[in-house]
Amino acid sequence: MATQQSGEIKYLTPIAVDTKKKKYCRFKKSGIKYIDYKDADFLLKFVNEQGKILPRRITGTSTKYQRKVAQAIKRARHLALMPYVADLLK
Amino acid sequence: MLKQYETVFIMTPVLSDEQMKETVDKYQKFLISKNAEIVYENNWGLRKLAYPIQKKSTGFYHLVEFKAEPQVIREFEVTFKRDERILRFLTVALDKHSLAYNEKKRNKAKSDKQKEE
Repeated sequence: MATQQSGEIKYLTPIAVDTKKKKYCRFKKSGIKYIDYKDADFLLKFVNEQGKILPRRITGTSTKYQRKVAQAIKRARHLALMPYVADLLK
Repeated sequence: MLKQYETVFIMTPVLSDEQMKETVDKYQKFLISKNAEIVYENNWGLRKLAYPIQKKSTGFYHLVEFKAEPQVIREFEVTFKRDERILRFLTVALDKHSLAYNEKKRNKAKSDKQKEE
């Protein structure tokens, strides 16, 4: 109770503050305006090993470009450049 | 008004080289007969499919970029659907960003070729 009375909690060792790197949208950063559905190798970065599209919260892509990534991946799947379902894609 | 489109289609691997060229030729002629202007063409050759289509695991890919009236597209796609040699096709209208991207890609391919020579 002593610590609470003094108003502030004191730690013996300083707590590790999360110094996570801030995510950024790679398209905004490098000025890519168009995402090519024919470039399957590039699109592979945005799917997991099952071939599912990764959410924005993981890749950090902005809403605008996430839509375009999703569209491109779906087109690539239609043309059998990428699988709809897979296991051990990577 | 003319719009620029890009079509990728996959032909069955059963075709011989000649039949494949003939098929490509057929679609070129179709486009020309509809007053479309072919801007660019690229044959990717025989490629492995990511998943089997009609029990085929490979296919001939062909890409055509062309300028055409929007009404032409419907007919163009109907001919694809009727053609049993075509496994898949996809037509995409190009906007200014994709146009710039394709242009850049083509120029790069060109300069790479020149370097080789």
